Amino acid sequence: MSAHIVSGFDEDLEVLRSSIAEMGGISEKMLADAVTALVRRDEVLAQRVINADNRLDALQRQVEEQAIMTIARRQPLAVDLRDVVSAIRISGDLERIGDLAKNCAKRTLAIAGGFQPPRIVTGVQSMADLVLEQLKDVLDAYAQRDLERALDVWRRDDQIDALYTSLFRELLTYMMEDPRNISFCAHLLFYGKNVERIGDHTTNIAETVHYLVTGQTLTAERPKDDGTSQARIEVDAATGK
Amino acid sequence: MTTANTAMPETVLAPEEAHWGRVRASRRIADRSLKLICTAFTVLGVFVLGWILLMLLFEGITALSPAIFTQVTPGPGTAGGGLANAIVGSILLTFLGIAIATPIGILAGTYLAEYARTSKLAALIRFINDVLLSAPSILIGLFVYTFAVAPLGSYSGWAGSIALAIIAVPVIVRTTEDMLRLVPSGLREAAAALGAPTSRVVTLVTWRAAKAGIVTGLVLATARIAGETAPLLFTAFNNNFWFNTNLMGGVSNLPVTIYQFALSPYGNWQQLAWAGAFLITITILGLSILARYVINKDNAR
Amino acid sequence: MITAIEPTQVRTPAPVPTSGPAPVAAAAKPEPVRIACRNVDFYYGDFHGLKSINLDFRDRQVTALIGPSGCGKSTLLRTFNRIYSLYPEQRATGEIILDGRNILAASTDVNELRSRVGMVFQKPTPFPMSIYDNVAFGIRLNQRIGRAEMDVRVEEALRKAALWTEVKDKLRQSGMGLSGGQQQRLCIARTIAQKPEVILLDEPTSALDPISTGKVEELIDQLKSEFTIVIVTHNMQQAARISQYTAFMYLGEVIEFGPTNQIFMTPTKKQTHDYVTGRFG
Repeated sequence: MSAHIVSGFDEDLEVLRSSIAEMGGISEKMLADAVTALVRRDEVLAQRVINADNRLDALQRQVEEQAIMTIARRQPLAVDLRDVVSAIRISGDLERIGDLAKNCAKRTLAIAGGFQPPRIVTGVQSMADLVLEQLKDVLDAYAQRDLERALDVWRRDDQIDALYTSLFRELLTYMMEDPRNISFCAHLLFYGKNVERIGDHTTNIAETVHYLVTGQTLTAERPKDDGTSQARIEVDAATGK
Repeated sequence: MTTANTAMPETVLAPEEAHWGRVRASRRIADRSLKLICTAFTVLGVFVLGWILLMLLFEGITALSPAIFTQVTPGPGTAGGGLANAIVGSILLTFLGIAIATPIGILAGTYLAEYARTSKLAALIRFINDVLLSAPSILIGLFVYTFAVAPLGSYSGWAGSIALAIIAVPVIVRTTEDMLRLVPSGLREAAAALGAPTSRVVTLVTWRAAKAGIVTGLVLATARIAGETAPLLFTAFNNNFWFNTNLMGGVSNLPVTIYQFALSPYGNWQQLAWAGAFLITITILGLSILARYVINKDNAR
Repeated sequence: MITAIEPTQVRTPAPVPTSGPAPVAAAAKPEPVRIACRNVDFYYGDFHGLKSINLDFRDRQVTALIGPSGCGKSTLLRTFNRIYSLYPEQRATGEIILDGRNILAASTDVNELRSRVGMVFQKPTPFPMSIYDNVAFGIRLNQRIGRAEMDVRVEEALRKAALWTEVKDKLRQSGMGLSGGQQQRLCIARTIAQKPEVILLDEPTSALDPISTGKVEELIDQLKSEFTIVIVTHNMQQAARISQYTAFMYLGEVIEFGPTNQIFMTPTKKQTHDYVTGRFG
C-alpha cells in the first residue's frame, strides 16, 4: 500500500499497529505461561502471568486513546478507518484474553497445593495449546492482513469447542468418581472455560481481520460445536450405583 | 513583551551583528537613494503644478466680477464686458457633445466587453479606439471641419459638439469596457444560470455592477472636453455676441475665448481670459471630485 | 465505468459484494433516474476535458462529484445547465437526458433549461441590487406575477434557504451587504425561487467558514426532499456527510460511482481508494 500524502497519518497508524503487536506478544506469552504454570505447578510463573496483565491493560488504554486521536485529527476513510476501528476492537479482545489468562493463573495458584493426577491436566493442556496456536495464527493474519489465514482460524474454533465439551464430560466424571476431586476439578473446569473463551476472542479477532481486509462484516454463522450447554451426565449411569 | 524580561528562553539565538550589518548597509544606501530621488522629482512636479494653480487662482479671482456672468464678451477696444455668452456656449457644447458620445461610447464599450470579447474585430476596434484616444485634437477639429463646416459654409455649434463628441467617445468606450471587464465573470454566469438571456444579463446585472465606474468615465470625459480648444477652433469657432438659437454660425465658448483674449493686447480681454481659465479649472476640478465621490460611494457599499 | 442504460429504465444498483445482508440503503428500491449522461465528451478548444461519461443521477438524492483538481467534475456539472455555452471555445457531445429530452441538442432553449436546472457557484454572487430583487430576479425572467404573489414567492424561497429570519427586516437593502454565508444562502434562495427540478452546486462552501458551511450543508440536506442535487466538492468529508451517491472522477473520466457509503468505506478501484484515503500522488 502506498504511503499517505501526510506522513504523520502513516506514523499514527504505525503506532497503532505496533501497539497491537506488542499486546499480541504479551497475551500470547501470558497464555503460554499460564499453561506451563498449570502443568509444572509453578506458582512463580503463575504470579508473573498475573503481573503481566497490568502492562496489557495500559497498552489497551493507549491504543484506544491513539485511535480516538487519529479519528479526530485525520478523519480516516475506507481502509484507514477500518484500520483504526480494528485496532480498537482487537485491543479490546487482547485485553480480555489477558484477563482470562490472568484468571487461569489465579486458579493455578488456588489448586497448586491440591492433589492433581497429571492425566486430568492433560486435557486442559492440549486444549490450551490449540488455542495458543489459534492466537498466534490470528495475530499473524492481522499483521499480514491475511484474509485466508484469519478465516482458517475462524473455522477451526469448532475444534476447541469440541475439545471443551469432552473436557467438560471428563471433569464431571472425575468429580463423580471421587468427591475429593471436586474442588480441584471445578477450578480446572473454569480454567478450561477461560481457555475456551480465549478461543472465542481469537475468532472475534479473525472476524475483525476479515472486516479490515474486505470492508464487510462476517455475518455468517460460525461453525459451533460447543455441546456443554446440552451435556449432561446421567448420575446413575456414570457412577454405576 | 513582559515574558521577555522575566525569563528569556535559553534557545533564543544571539543576533550576529556583523553578519546582519554587512547585508544591510549596501541595501540601505540603495534603498534610501531611490526614495530620495523619487521624492525630489515628486516635489518638483507638485511645485510646478502648484505654481500654475496658484497663479491661476490669484489672477482668476482678482478678475472675477458679477459682470463676468451677466455681460457678453466685449468687442476689440471696448471696455468692460463679461463671459456670459461664452459660459453658456461652453456648457451647451459640452452637454451636446456628451449627449452624442454617451450612447455611442457605452454601447460600443458594452459590445467590446460583453459580446466581441476576444474576437479579432474587437481587437481591431480596441486598437483604433486607442489611436483615437491619443489623436491630436486639432486633427479632429479639421476632420469635422471638412464634413460639417465646409459643406455648409458656416461654423456651427453642432459641428463643435460633434468634434467634442468624437474626443469623448474613445474615453467612454475605454472606461466602459474596462469597468465591465472588472465585473467578475461569476456574476454573469450566475445571471445566465438563472436563465437570463445575454441582453438581460447586461442590462440588469453587469451594467448595474459597473454603474459607478461608467458614470465616472462619463464625468471624466466631460472634464476632458470641457477644456478642449483646438477642435472648436475649426468648428464652433467663436464670436463676441449671443449666438443663434439654431446654433448655426460661430458659437462663443470659453476655451477659444480664452485663447483669443489671452493673446490680445487689451487689458480687459486678458483679465477675462484669466477669469475664464479659472472657471474652467474649477469646473474640471469639481467634476474630478464628483467622479471620485461616485467611486468611493460605490466602494463603501 | 458505468455501462450505458436507457434512462427510463430503473436501474438496479450494482451488486455489492457482501457476505452479510445488503446494507439498508441499497436494499430499498432505488429512486428513478433524473439526469442520465450517455457518452458525454467535452472539449475546451482542443483539450479533451471529459471522456465518454456515462452516469445516472437519481431523483431527490444528493450526488457528489469528487476528484482532484482538473479532473473534470466542475466541467461535468457545467454541462447540465449548458452554462459552458457562454464560452464559444467550449463544446460538449453525447447525450444528457433530463425528463426524456437531450439537453445537449441544438434545439434546446438554454434559458428555459437553466430555469429548470439551477446552479450555485463557488463564490457567492449576489447581484448589485436589493435582497428582495435578488430573489425575485429569476422569477421575473420567466413569469409576470403580481406584487402580492411575488412577496409570497420571495418569502417562501428565503424561508427554504433558512435566511428569512435573518433578512426579513432588510429586504430592501443591498444583497452585497450580507456576510459570505448569508450571501451564499441568498444565492441558493434565488435559485430555488425559480422552482427548478435540479440544483447544481459548484463547491458551494469552499469560500465559507465552518459555521456557515454547516448551515449550507444542513440546507442541502433539507432541499433534497424537493430537488435533485448534484454537488461538486473538494472536501471528501463533506461529500461523505451530505451525499447519497458519489462519483469519483480522475483525468476526465468517472473512475467509480456508487452509494456514498461504498465509495468511502469499500471503494473497489485502487484510484478511488488512494484518493479517499489521502494517498494520491
